Amino acid sequence: MSLSRAKDLGLPLMNLVRLKGIPILEQLHLEERLLRTSSHNWCIVNDGTDVPTIVMGMSGKPAQLLELGPVMEDRIPVIKRFTGGGTVIVDKSTMFVSLICNKDDVPNVQPYPRSVMAWSGSLYGDVFNGINGFQLRENDYVFGDRKFGGNAQSIIRNRWIHHTSFLWDYNVRNMAYLKLPSRVPQYRLERDHTDFVCRMKDYIERSDFVEKTIKAVGNQFTLKQVNLKDIDSYTKAENNLKTTRLLTLEELEKAMADTS
Amino acid sequence: MALRMWASSTANALKLSSTVSKSHLSPAFSISRCFSSVLEGLKYANSHEWVKHEGSVATVGITDHAQGHLGEVVFAELPELNSSVSKEKNFGAVESVKATSEILSPISGEVIEVNTKLTESPGLINTSPYEEGWMIKVKPSNPAELETLMGPKEYTKFCEDEDAAH
Repeated sequence: MSLSRAKDLGLPLMNLVRLKGIPILEQLHLEERLLRTSSHNWCIVNDGTDVPTIVMGMSGKPAQLLELGPVMEDRIPVIKRFTGGGTVIVDKSTMFVSLICNKDDVPNVQPYPRSVMAWSGSLYGDVFNGINGFQLRENDYVFGDRKFGGNAQSIIRNRWIHHTSFLWDYNVRNMAYLKLPSRVPQYRLERDHTDFVCRMKDYIERSDFVEKTIKAVGNQFTLKQVNLKDIDSYTKAENNLKTTRLLTLEELEKAMADTS
Repeated sequence: MALRMWASSTANALKLSSTVSKSHLSPAFSISRCFSSVLEGLKYANSHEWVKHEGSVATVGITDHAQGHLGEVVFAELPELNSSVSKEKNFGAVESVKATSEILSPISGEVIEVNTKLTESPGLINTSPYEEGWMIKVKPSNPAELETLMGPKEYTKFCEDEDAAH
């Protein structure tokens, strides 16, 4: 859509930040800062992260979710993020898309989890249009009954973030660091990780996915590309509370000791 | 006497049998759009928290409207005892579905009690939002703040208007 046409339609502005290989901790810190201290809408696309990293949701308990012995032995970083949802292991083959919105700029979406989730399902329905089997199933993006995209959100007074990690590809060995969680979607049945997930690369080209995602977002917002180095000018210094953090080795050791 | 209305959509959200009780309805309360319970005797914030002020203690939680829209609460993050809360500022969060949602304090003051039952049973926020699902008790530092909150009728209309707008 041309900028003039978008302006004619009165679409709200959204800043687009395109990243490649940014560490996931840095990405999450950036997102939390933008959610809390910016008044703009943001779309962040990070093509892969640098090293395999485990990322748990706000309430995640390492002992329940992780095979702590191998995680510590192999020194896999473990992050607890500011959004809800489950546990993933991400690496250079994971693609990340995050959408931060003012609730008033998406007036047909109530600032509650299911409404935001439905809106995202519709947006990605446009991205994967023509690819058989895509749907938002419970809270996951799937092809058929196999998950390739995991979602999480954080909702504050007048804004929300919906972010997704897409399994472009994955290393089967990495899945072994994760336990089968106690809370699973019904459609998972009792499948283990390798039978439950699928690789997005088997369905769409990487560049196609990025361009179609940007286009789908551009149908609802006027996009303006912003470089990472210019982001400081969009945020305030105060209220910069970061809750996303890397867990220490001591914390992981204590978690393991507490269960034995 | 507390006025309660349970409508079918709320009952469905809590996986209860779908019944609508009309035995305590007052003509002042329209049920045409409001599908959540709103109690007399409480004050309400436009961010969907409630306050019960009794003497020098104010109890705070989230409303039935809020819990219904959030979905099943699986975790509640609450403040430390003796910490301070400020009106319209975040004091905690709940996790439901895949989301963390912040909870704003309707009043300012000191936290004098935290509902520790929510650690093991966060679902109390869904099943009993005004009673067992209370979150914090506060010693208000400025009781006049309560006057800026909505009463039951005003809050009921607020919920109706909010839902109708989407």
